[in-house]
Amino acid sequence: MYHYNDFDEAFVRTRVAQFRSQVGRRIDGSLTEDEFKPLRLMNGLYLQLHAYMLRVAVPYGTLNSKQMRQLAMIADRWDKGYGHFTTRQNIQYNWPELRDVPDMLDALADVGMHAIQTSGNTIRNVTADHFAGAAADEVEDPRPYAELLRQWSTDHPEFQFLPRKFKIAVTGAEADRAVIRAHDIGLQVRRVDGKIGFRVLVGGGLGRTPMIGKVLTDFLPVEDLLPYCEAIVSVYNVLGRRDNKYKARIKITVHETGLDEIRARVEERFAAIRPAFDEAAMEILDDIKAQFALPAFRNAETDGFEAARLANPAFRAWTDTNLTPHRAEGYAIVSVSIKKHGATPGDASSDQMRVLADLAQTYGHDELRISHEQNVILPHVHKSDLPAVYAALRDADLATANIGLVSDIIACPGMDYCALATARSIPIAQQIATRFEELKLEHEVGPLKIKISGCINACGHHHVGHIGILGLDRAGVENYQITLGGDGTEDATIGTRTGPGFSADDILPAIERLVLGYLDLREDASETFLQAYRRLGMEPFKAKLYPPKEEQDAA
Amino acid sequence: MPKAFTPKVVTANALLEGDAVWLTEDDRWTRDMAEAELLTDEAHAELRLLEASARASEIAGAYLADAQATDDGPAPTHFREAFRTRGPSNYPHGKQVDL
Repeated sequence: MYHYNDFDEAFVRTRVAQFRSQVGRRIDGSLTEDEFKPLRLMNGLYLQLHAYMLRVAVPYGTLNSKQMRQLAMIADRWDKGYGHFTTRQNIQYNWPELRDVPDMLDALADVGMHAIQTSGNTIRNVTADHFAGAAADEVEDPRPYAELLRQWSTDHPEFQFLPRKFKIAVTGAEADRAVIRAHDIGLQVRRVDGKIGFRVLVGGGLGRTPMIGKVLTDFLPVEDLLPYCEAIVSVYNVLGRRDNKYKARIKITVHETGLDEIRARVEERFAAIRPAFDEAAMEILDDIKAQFALPAFRNAETDGFEAARLANPAFRAWTDTNLTPHRAEGYAIVSVSIKKHGATPGDASSDQMRVLADLAQTYGHDELRISHEQNVILPHVHKSDLPAVYAALRDADLATANIGLVSDIIACPGMDYCALATARSIPIAQQIATRFEELKLEHEVGPLKIKISGCINACGHHHVGHIGILGLDRAGVENYQITLGGDGTEDATIGTRTGPGFSADDILPAIERLVLGYLDLREDASETFLQAYRRLGMEPFKAKLYPPKEEQDAA
Repeated sequence: MPKAFTPKVVTANALLEGDAVWLTEDDRWTRDMAEAELLTDEAHAELRLLEASARASEIAGAYLADAQATDDGPAPTHFREAFRTRGPSNYPHGKQVDL
């Protein structure tokens, strides 16, 4: 993985020193909150309902064990002993005190991390497929390109005051595990006629006006990546609406301007700036790629793994749900569920972080990933080590076998923390997971993605949940709307609203009716919830969700 | 006819800790909403908000929040403000620890 060079190190240290001075001036009264707010946001510091919140970038979701241990140390020393992994592969600390934040940032810099551009109207942390470099179906590891984009976008002078925030995601496979179609720019690494390049999508996004990204070009040569992205953001910077916050994202710009016109303007801008991009960027890319070289995978027997599967049903169940095929013979990708039934999705204690770091170091070629689904990945584990990994995870309360199932729910922090939220998300996720654990049904239900957002901004990706839940404030009471049929993969689809929303008390029974109803509706056990919905359409699901009143009373 | 003024309290986040605080009649910032000054007159409420906002080195983001009179003092009317008096629902963190 990428290691800071002298330039990165000096840049991040300088920024911490600047911010330390700014915090000092805020505390002594020299800066007002209006003056300080844009400065703290540039450094990832929010002020929420109960405390400050520091959002730390995990670039393209990749961490090593040393970094994970440092995140645990920060949680213990300056927070309440845990961190929250987010849908943008970041980690958030919910309880820092203002005075401590510069020290936290210094501690991050000690391990090559920062919180720069995790907020504000800038290019945010570039996200990537959490199986990058390990997935069997991958054309190429997308992370060197994500790192190149990170270097290009960090403190880019033209793009510090965009009309609105700007999010880029990169994947290296046809299977989209990075939701690139719901990003301002989505990049898919492709190989065409032996040449590497990108399919470039633009104008995707969720939020108030959800849109699926549109293809700007089907193949962009790799050497044009930076100038082409710069052209896109530059065109957006000029055309993007600054008069209305709700129409300021590039998805609206593309929608209002038209894709062809946007493409023409991007091409024009690209032609103008392309000559300024010399070979230096490609040389930097080569250096970056060398740092992402695959680990030295070992050849070993996997008999022990098969024997353990036969001997231990709990281990077998966990391997059935939490493993993904690896590109290397004898290896597996391990998804560690941070969704124990009844726990807060995405929250890991400092002890759990240390266990994950130890496992990565001992069994995982020192690599960890944070997924946008708020789980932690050990991308390179030899199958013979899986019984030991499982045992250690179980001791740390991290061995829940539910990846991709009902209880593997994405939930934003909602009104338990977030100042923008209109309703709570976390308790709804906790109730659903607990209920389906009681019913012992989630393995029978099979693949099902439930995603919950506590406001229209859709941090919980509810629009692309097979079942999406949106928490709203309806006349001073929490109310939850349901959408169905959303999909965040390469077949990206925005879910459709079912009808009237449900109160906080009624949402759990509603979800239960829906999921049990699906078991009645499906052709057989091989037809997933999403497939059944696509075959049958909304009506039969709606009938399950909104039964005639007498049936509800009888139930 | 203009909408009738509903009672308010001045609230903000403490500058250093970031938690919710409310303005009292004797110009203190309290962490117990029941001690807050209940503002029943619109002009007075606007004035109190201006005074509070000027105290930049103590708080951030002052605003007027709806409140109601109870025997124990001002209480929230909206769930958001009620959460601010307690803390999150997923952990025993925040103000509820001391309740």
